Amino acid sequence: MLSRLTRPAANAAARLAKSVRKVSTTQIGGYEVFDHSYDAVVIGAGGAGLRAAAGLVGHGLKTACITKVFPTRSHTVAAQGGINGALANMTEDDWRWHAYDTVKGADWLGDQDAIQHMCRLAPEVILELESFGLPFSRTPEGKIYQRAFGGQSLKFGKGGQAYRCAAAADRTGHAILHTLYGMALKFDCLFFVEYFAMDLIMSDDGKCLGCVAMCMEDGSIHRFGAHSTIIATGGFGRAYQSCTSAHTCTGDGSAMASRAGLPMQDLEFVQFHPTGIFPAGCLLTEGCRGEGGILRNSEGEPFMARYAPTAKDLASRDVVSRAMTLEIREGRGVGPNKDHIFLHLDHLPPETLAERLPGISETAKIFAGVDVTKEPAPVLPTVHYNMGGIPTNWKTQVVKDAEDTIVPGLFAAGEAGCASVHGANRLGANSLLDLVVFGRQAADTTAELVKPNSPPVVLPKNAGEASIARMDKMRHCSGPIPTAVLRRELQVTMQKYAPVYRNADDLAKGKEAVVEVMKKFKDVGVSDRTMIWNTDLIETLELENLINQAAQEMYAAEARKESRGAHAHENFPDRDDENWMKHTLSWLDKPHVEDAKVVLKYRRVIDQPLDKEMHHVPPAKRVY
Amino acid sequence: MALAARISRPFVPRLFSRSFAAAAQPQTFAIYRYDPDQQAKPFLQEYNIDLKSCGPMILDALIKIKDEVDTTLTFRRSCREGICGSCAMNINGKNGLACLLYIEPSSKPIEIQPLPHTYVVKDLVPDLTNFYNQYKSIEPWLKRKDVKAKDDKEYFQSREDRAKLDGMYECILCACCMTSCPSYWWNPEYYLGPAVLMQAYRWIADSRDQFTEERLAWVNDTMKLYRCHGIMNCTNCCPKGLDPAKAIVHLKEQVAETYTDAWKSMMTEEIVKNKGRESGMMYM
Repeated sequence: MLSRLTRPAANAAARLAKSVRKVSTTQIGGYEVFDHSYDAVVIGAGGAGLRAAAGLVGHGLKTACITKVFPTRSHTVAAQGGINGALANMTEDDWRWHAYDTVKGADWLGDQDAIQHMCRLAPEVILELESFGLPFSRTPEGKIYQRAFGGQSLKFGKGGQAYRCAAAADRTGHAILHTLYGMALKFDCLFFVEYFAMDLIMSDDGKCLGCVAMCMEDGSIHRFGAHSTIIATGGFGRAYQSCTSAHTCTGDGSAMASRAGLPMQDLEFVQFHPTGIFPAGCLLTEGCRGEGGILRNSEGEPFMARYAPTAKDLASRDVVSRAMTLEIREGRGVGPNKDHIFLHLDHLPPETLAERLPGISETAKIFAGVDVTKEPAPVLPTVHYNMGGIPTNWKTQVVKDAEDTIVPGLFAAGEAGCASVHGANRLGANSLLDLVVFGRQAADTTAELVKPNSPPVVLPKNAGEASIARMDKMRHCSGPIPTAVLRRELQVTMQKYAPVYRNADDLAKGKEAVVEVMKKFKDVGVSDRTMIWNTDLIETLELENLINQAAQEMYAAEARKESRGAHAHENFPDRDDENWMKHTLSWLDKPHVEDAKVVLKYRRVIDQPLDKEMHHVPPAKRVY
Repeated sequence: MALAARISRPFVPRLFSRSFAAAAQPQTFAIYRYDPDQQAKPFLQEYNIDLKSCGPMILDALIKIKDEVDTTLTFRRSCREGICGSCAMNINGKNGLACLLYIEPSSKPIEIQPLPHTYVVKDLVPDLTNFYNQYKSIEPWLKRKDVKAKDDKEYFQSREDRAKLDGMYECILCACCMTSCPSYWWNPEYYLGPAVLMQAYRWIADSRDQFTEERLAWVNDTMKLYRCHGIMNCTNCCPKGLDPAKAIVHLKEQVAETYTDAWKSMMTEEIVKNKGRESGMMYM
């Protein structure tokens, strides 16, 4: 049967088999299990995963990249605005100004060593992407075009708007992902496409030995032993009812780490992008405002001038989202229900829109029925990004406690990781940069620690047994609650109790409601019992991952008694550096959500840079 | 394979009972089902849903059916905004992205089938391995003959040269065009197909690429390129509004202009040197 369904991965594996790479099989829990061995395994093939995989192969390491969707379907492809870097193509620029903006944007919860690393490397990685063929938009001199973006300034905030967001029209994420995929093809990376990674394999002494995954094409189970496992699985936007995220953004890698007893960091910080189309939820890039777009309320007033006198519409995203929410609350929303805001692009020359913002022009037409050259687009703050994730140091090594104890063999990069470069709020166009810099760093750190063609990792005989048993149980579960119903309940809970503005009352109710959802997971029911492409089962496993992450988010949010970055607490409207300038670490005390409780601890923020090339940025009042 | 006989089997939902109120707007969907475990003959299964409580796009209907009526219905989807290319399928006989196509209410069932002339893994999920391998074979990355000097920045590219890439770099590899092409139906192993040929031309047209002649020589083949007969289904169905047929016309023109007999030896060398580069039978 497998011969009818040959896959490039299986065939590449067959070709590799000639180089003494045996794929052996065992029987576990009634399932046939294939064992693979690599120097490094990357879970996730978005921006960070592809850059890591290409980097690893470039270092000569035997690498496998496991992904639950074909690489170019990863959600990186939907990013629009651009990638920040101090190339100085439009004005003079300095990466230290970029680092300052990032520290301020993070509301001083970002780790300044990781931020320095990212901003310092930005020009290099952008040029590297361009050298692989990325079709950046161009200036009249033929250099890479850079646009204005939120929260970006010159001269440490004193020199006005910075133009440092390198862009490919408004399809930069698409361009980056396709360029990285081309790069991965050039390096001949080995992909395991449409394999759903279920759990990490950990040794008794807390080392990561690899992961166990299910092949969707035929339902076979695969154990991947590796000296280095890199988690690059993205965020969990789908925990909310309205989000710009894809259906596939379900926090799989993060939940896997959580089930392995590892902490998550800063999950309470969820970014609401100011301009998601209302009501569809599709993204209209910040680049709209970067090219001159303006937000107006029902009175036609460009209200951002009141909330952020200097940066106005290009203030940090959390500031803009809060401003929009307040305008609507105070009755100045637009539309028949006064429940959203207008984004005006109609004052911009149509040629600019056609050249710089063609993608969103199309999206607005299809999802809002609006011609942006003539009318405003309806927008509302929409869940977009998770600043939090698996805590790592600046070298992407996962840490498991407040003392920064490293988990050997485990790395995290991209949105799934928390280095933490974004702290309490991410600046636009810093995520695409985060992906490429830390994807590359994960590969580089692995190369320092793992030699090419290392002897295979010895997996414990029953590795993955619990995972397989869990998957089997889920496949046969016949509880009364359909997955879609429980998922809806989770999404409504998060949207209702942890939106842009949070308060003590809602957060307390939210905790109870999320615990309800956790307990109800044992009553979930799956109807599809087949092994091949069982999306009912996959969606149920993904739902567990969503609940895992959302529960930790709700608890972390309720515990943080201050407002910082994207976490706006109405009962504690000010930032409290004395008590709260620290990262939240959260655990589930048991691996399965229906039995587990959330435990919280805290970890200090790294406020010193890596080296003398950058000065420490001391905390200050965050005004735009 | 993908076009089954219409056997309508009304589906009785187990988990929800639907009673249609006066204000409801019922719409029937006839969706291709194939269960690889049973390997029985595929059939069209009918589902009836209320459009009033459903989003406007075909994908919204599919998700509603999967969530509320039949959780075994299987299809690919991700971004729901027409940029990832996962939900490419054949709707009422035309290829497109389910997330970008509005549901047009009709008294006749809306037929949803997998992409034509593909091996079907399950329900609406096709096997696109051949397509992905063919894409890899045209080497979709920038190729230079010189090495960048240490302090060199980006490769300069004028705005006019960059504009040549517009209409091609936006391709999302959804395979709507590939699987709409009769020529690709009859020769998928050898003909590269519209999307792959357009991407081949995207790199040929890129002023920064220095392997232009080699790229032209690689596609200059009676099967790889010249199975295109200008049928135009590709441009007709591209959900991103791109024009692969035009790119292929430009490609053929440039091949004809640039051709020299030296290409023969260039190609022989490449095939011998780079055995890993797929050519010909693409399924393995």
